[in-house]
Amino acid sequence: MFPLTEENKRVAQLLLSTGTCPRCIFRFCGVDFHAPYKLPYKELLNELQKFLETEKDELVSEVPNPPPKKIRLQELEDGIDRMDNLSQNGEGKISIIEDGSIASKNSNLNVCNVCLGILQDFCEKDFVKMVCEKVGASGFEFTNLVFSVSFPPQLSVREHAAWLLVKQEMGKQSLSLGRNDIVQLKEAYKWITHPLFSEELGVPIDGKSLFEVSVVFAHPETVEDCHFLRAICPDCFKPAKNKQSVFTRMAVMKALNKIKEEDFLKQFPCPPNSPKAVCTVLEIECAHGAVFVAGYCYISLAGRYNKYSRNLPQTPWIIDGQRKLESSVEELISEHLLTVFKAESFNFSSSGREDVDVRTLGNGRPFAIELVNPHRAHFTSQEIKELQQKINNSSNKIQVRDLQIVTREAIGHMKEGEEEKTKTYSALIWTNKAIQRKDIEFLDDIKDLKIDQKTPLRVLHRRPLAVRTRIIHSMETHYVDEHHFRLYLKTQAGTYIKEFVHGDFGRTRPNIGSLMDVTADILELDVESVDVDWPPALDD
Amino acid sequence: MATQPEVPVATVAAEPAVPSLVDRYFTRWYKADVKGKPCEDHCILQHSNRVCVITLAGSHPVLQSGKTIKSISYQISTNCSRLQNKVSGKFKRGAQFLTELAPLCKIYCSDGEEYTISSCVRGRLMEVNENILHKPSILQEKPSTEGYIAVVLPKFEESKSITEGLLTQKQYEEVVVKRTRAATDTS
Repeated sequence: MFPLTEENKRVAQLLLSTGTCPRCIFRFCGVDFHAPYKLPYKELLNELQKFLETEKDELVSEVPNPPPKKIRLQELEDGIDRMDNLSQNGEGKISIIEDGSIASKNSNLNVCNVCLGILQDFCEKDFVKMVCEKVGASGFEFTNLVFSVSFPPQLSVREHAAWLLVKQEMGKQSLSLGRNDIVQLKEAYKWITHPLFSEELGVPIDGKSLFEVSVVFAHPETVEDCHFLRAICPDCFKPAKNKQSVFTRMAVMKALNKIKEEDFLKQFPCPPNSPKAVCTVLEIECAHGAVFVAGYCYISLAGRYNKYSRNLPQTPWIIDGQRKLESSVEELISEHLLTVFKAESFNFSSSGREDVDVRTLGNGRPFAIELVNPHRAHFTSQEIKELQQKINNSSNKIQVRDLQIVTREAIGHMKEGEEEKTKTYSALIWTNKAIQRKDIEFLDDIKDLKIDQKTPLRVLHRRPLAVRTRIIHSMETHYVDEHHFRLYLKTQAGTYIKEFVHGDFGRTRPNIGSLMDVTADILELDVESVDVDWPPALDD
Repeated sequence: MATQPEVPVATVAAEPAVPSLVDRYFTRWYKADVKGKPCEDHCILQHSNRVCVITLAGSHPVLQSGKTIKSISYQISTNCSRLQNKVSGKFKRGAQFLTELAPLCKIYCSDGEEYTISSCVRGRLMEVNENILHKPSILQEKPSTEGYIAVVLPKFEESKSITEGLLTQKQYEEVVVKRTRAATDTS
């Protein structure tokens, strides 16, 4: 059934006459059920014309008879006179009855002056098919999808102009029109295209899907349509390095909220004039992942790793473009993930890091990996477990546990309160003087020792010079021989352990050497635990 | 899960199984007879990250037996004290710039002798060792670690070239041997 009623007729007629497409007319008439939007465009246009034709006949036949209607019609014509901008669209003064047929002929061929074609060809079956072919060609695996669409920024400007026009028109009929009475372009677009996509790809549309298909529309006249806003609200359009144009959707919306209606009407044709061109499709992209940031999508994994080698850096160690060591923890872990997830690249982060010659034992160190644009994102926990096994089988230098898919936000748990967390270490210490058990026992009784560490010389070239106070919570000694003992330490995160042992030229005070009144050196260091309770432990 | 490698059994020795801290991370460079003053040898420890620690070489008169340090001063002229040096941020803004000949401090000995310690490398002064002001004896006890004089950060692009005019460990040892021979010959 045709959705417009008698009370929509004037608005519909006015919009059609100014070059608005039938679906946008539905939107401005507040048609909020889906079915009418889904009809093919030609059919819609015919029905609309038929609907308005009857109006025309009725009007013509009715004009001589009931006086109230005639008055209303005259009021309407006066109203149009008062809107001087209308002349830009037609040939000066136009009557609705004459113009109706002209405009409808135009809109048969022309691009809608409100949606710039979005609710015309760009929501029809052929377009959806074209997008789906691209999705098919991308090689992604998915069981559902989320569809996102980005419209050119000036659509908001045109929408605003059309809203003011319709509001004025309805005001004359003593009707009001709030912004929310209009069906949003995006909503209507969804109603029409979602079932088509779903049908074409054979999977449901799901807002929570990890697989995203995004279509970005652009329009050649964006600057032309928007530049007046910049003159009025220059502060909304500050250039930024990462923006190609100042006329972003957000900036335009902000300016539209600020601008006074009368200023807007002075600067922008209302109704909006017919565009010279239709929207273009800037890009169609597919990506796997829960979150989109700056055009990339990510899937995040977390786990804990052990490092059993004293010859393995955490991240690739490259000096002057030359690799110092063949591999690294992050590479050993991500290699397999990249292949299995078919991702383009990865970002590795962890709760602190250890030196190349330090092992990480115990429950391991929490880490997270963000895979960028993975082509496959659906894994059962069993598959992740197998993946972990694969990583563990491929190297005896590292082992991974608790590997799991996590949300991007959760990675924050790993970093938050990093300084407050504690870490435990085991160090093998050498002393220049011969020692006996009783010489080291006093260390066991020291609790919460405050130490002042100047930025170690070994990192001074890349960190600010500062004195940082750190706490050695507790120590436990195990005598080895006259010149060696093992020291277990529980310390505040961020303590430089090696420097606490050898003193770093007296720059960490007190240190093991100064406490014992010997020259001490550290021969081996192992991280025994990183006391961060994220990611959650998994059952084996 | 692979079994964790066993903790290696430490070797019983008076010397560390591995080279000392300085030998592990630093290269020793020397400058003999600094500013033409006989035997006033300096040792510059350069870390692999280009940071330089300025120290006295073992052959420096101050470290010879019988010497007592009366005081050390970082005030190198009426207007300039190395103690006023302050650096801020990752890029160490505000550092005093040092040429090879720039004086770092003066060491006054109880025998009335006075020695000036120079930077020997071009770069920016990161810090001076204030501990030796309070306890000059550590300069003599541990000249190449806790008794260091100052830390200098050479320019990145000069990190290799600043040591070009300096002696290697081997060259320095040869200089010392020659000097000792010359001394015994004349005596």
